[in-house]
Amino acid sequence: MLKVKESKVKELESLAENIRRKVVEIVFSAKGGHIGGSLSSVDIETVLYFHVMNIDPENPKMENRDRFILSKGHSVEALYAVLETKGFIDQGMLDTYGQFGSKLAGHPTKKIPGVELNSGALGHGLSVGVGMAMAAKMDRKTFKTYVLMGDGEQGEGSIYEAAMSGSHYKLDNLVAIIDRNTLQISGKTEDVMSLEPMRERWEAFGWEVIDMEGNNIQDIMETFDGLDYSNAKPKLLIAHTTKGNGVSFMEKLAKWHHGVPNEEQFNLAITEIDAKIKCLNEE
Amino acid sequence: MSIEEKNTIPCRKMFTDTLVGLAKKDKDIVAVTTDARGSVTLDAFANQLPAQFVELGIAEQNAVGVAAGLVSAGKKAFVCGPACFYVARSLEQVKVDVAYSANPVKILGVSGGVSYGALGFSHHSLHDIAVLRTFPGMHIVLPSDIHQTKKLVEELVDYPFPVYIRVGRNAVPNVYENENIEFKIGKAYLLLDGDDLTIIGTGETVYHCLQAGKKLHEQGIRARVIDMHTLKPFDREIVEKAARETGKIITVEEHSIFGGLGGAVAEIVAQSTPVPMRILGIPDENSINGTALQIFNHYGIDAEGILKTALLFHSSK
Repeated sequence: MLKVKESKVKELESLAENIRRKVVEIVFSAKGGHIGGSLSSVDIETVLYFHVMNIDPENPKMENRDRFILSKGHSVEALYAVLETKGFIDQGMLDTYGQFGSKLAGHPTKKIPGVELNSGALGHGLSVGVGMAMAAKMDRKTFKTYVLMGDGEQGEGSIYEAAMSGSHYKLDNLVAIIDRNTLQISGKTEDVMSLEPMRERWEAFGWEVIDMEGNNIQDIMETFDGLDYSNAKPKLLIAHTTKGNGVSFMEKLAKWHHGVPNEEQFNLAITEIDAKIKCLNEE
Repeated sequence: MSIEEKNTIPCRKMFTDTLVGLAKKDKDIVAVTTDARGSVTLDAFANQLPAQFVELGIAEQNAVGVAAGLVSAGKKAFVCGPACFYVARSLEQVKVDVAYSANPVKILGVSGGVSYGALGFSHHSLHDIAVLRTFPGMHIVLPSDIHQTKKLVEELVDYPFPVYIRVGRNAVPNVYENENIEFKIGKAYLLLDGDDLTIIGTGETVYHCLQAGKKLHEQGIRARVIDMHTLKPFDREIVEKAARETGKIITVEEHSIFGGLGGAVAEIVAQSTPVPMRILGIPDENSINGTALQIFNHYGIDAEGILKTALLFHSSK
C-alpha cells in the first residue's frame, strides 16, 4: 500500500470537518435535507475533490476533467458544501439552499457549476458513468469517472445492467463507490432487502472490488492512490461508513436519514464538530 | 398508388443508412442499441463502424443512461431500438438523464405505434407522444416517409436538444416526391391547401390523410392537409391559421386518442380559436391484433376511414 503524506492527511481531515460543519449548517438553515447520508459521504467526496480528481473550479467544463456523479443525489448537502469549499460556488449561493427559487435543489442539477448530471432518481448514475468512461476510451482521453452510490440504492436493478456493461467494455477508467453505511430510510439495509454478499456479487459481475474505511481520510486516500487504471477492470470501492458520521447523536440511526436538527441539537452538533476542528488544528 | 409513391425501403432503414454515411465523416456519431441491430437495421453501421457502435444487450434503462453519459462527454449518441421499450422500460432514464439533464441524446424508436401489429399490445407504443410531450426540453418527431426521414437525420446530428423519433416497421408509400423538400424540425408542412376543413396527420398517417384529402377535392370538398411531423415543439401557428380559415379540424394519429396529436391541437384551438374537431386514433382499449394496415382500417385511421369521417364531419353543422 502506498503511503500518503501525514501533513496532507491532516489537511484533508480538517477540510472534511469544516465541510461537515457546513452540511449541518445548511440542513439546519433549510429545515430539510438528507443529513445522515451526507455526513457518511463527506470524507469520500473531500478526498475526491481535494486529492484525487483533476478538476478546475475556474474552468468547470475543462474537456479532460475527471467526472464525478453523485448517484445518491439525496446526499446533496455534502456535495454543495464540497463544491463551495473547492470554489465552484460561493457562500452566497450556498446560503440560498432551501429558499424559494434557489438554484440549489434538494438533489443536484447541472445548473450548478461542477455538477455533471441531474440526479435524484436512484440507480441512474452508474449507467451515465459507463457512458462517460466509454466516451473517454473512444476518444483516447485520460479522464476518469467516479460514481458515488448509496447502499440502499443497490436495490435498483438498473445498477446491475450498468455493472454488466462496465466489465464487458473493460472500463478500467471507471470507479464506483458504495457508501456502505448499512442504513436506509426504513432501517437496516439487510432487514429491508439483503445486499450481502456485496463483494462477491460485484466480483461475479467482473469488477475489481476493494474495501475501504470510508470515514478514514488516510485509508480513502491510500485506496484511491493504489487504484490500477490499466487492468481492464472497472473498480468498485465498498466504503464502510457510519451514517451521520461526526455527529455522535446522529450516528447509526436511520431516523437521521432525513432528520432535521432542532436548535439545541444543532448547537450540540456544531460544538462537537468545532471541538474536532480545534483538536485537528492543534495537532 | 402512383409511381412516385411506390417505395420498398422502411423509414428505419433510410434512417440508419443515412446515419452510416454521416458517421463515416464524423467519428463522434455513436449508435447504441439493445440487441436490436436487426430490428433497427444497424448491421451495416455495426460492420462498417465497429468503434462507433455500442451493443448493450437487452437493457434499455442502461442504454439510455449510457447514451446520456456519452453525450455528456461530447459524443453524438443515437440510442436505437423498439419504440415500445424505450418509452416504457427506460422512461425514467429518458426523463431524468436525457430530458431533465438536457443531454441531447437522440432516441430512435423503431416499429412504433401498431407496427408490431400481431405481436400484441406489449409491443405497441401508443402512449409515447402523450408521455414525452410532458417532459420539458424533449422534442418529438414522427417523419412521414423516407425522404423526410433522410432530411431529419441530417438535421439531428448537431441538433442541440434531446429528440425522440418514432418510425414504423414496414416500408410506407412516399408522401414527398424526392428528398429535395423543405424540412425543419418544429415547422409543419402544408401538403394540400383548402378552406373547407383541415386534416392533420403525423408519421405514417400522413399518407392516408393526403389520400383522403385528394378524394375530398375530387368531390368538391376543399380539404387542407397538414403534415405535423414534429409533435414538440408544436407548430401552433399553422393550427390556428387552419382553425380560422377552415373552421373544422380532423386529427389522425397512430396513437391513443388521449394526449397525442389530437390533444395537442385541441389544447391550442380550445384556448385561441375554438372550432369543432374530430380526433382519430386508437381508442381506450388494448388494440386489436392484426397487420398494421388492418389495424389502421379497423380504427378508421386509413384513407378510407378518414374520408368517411371527413364526409360526415363536413356535412355536420
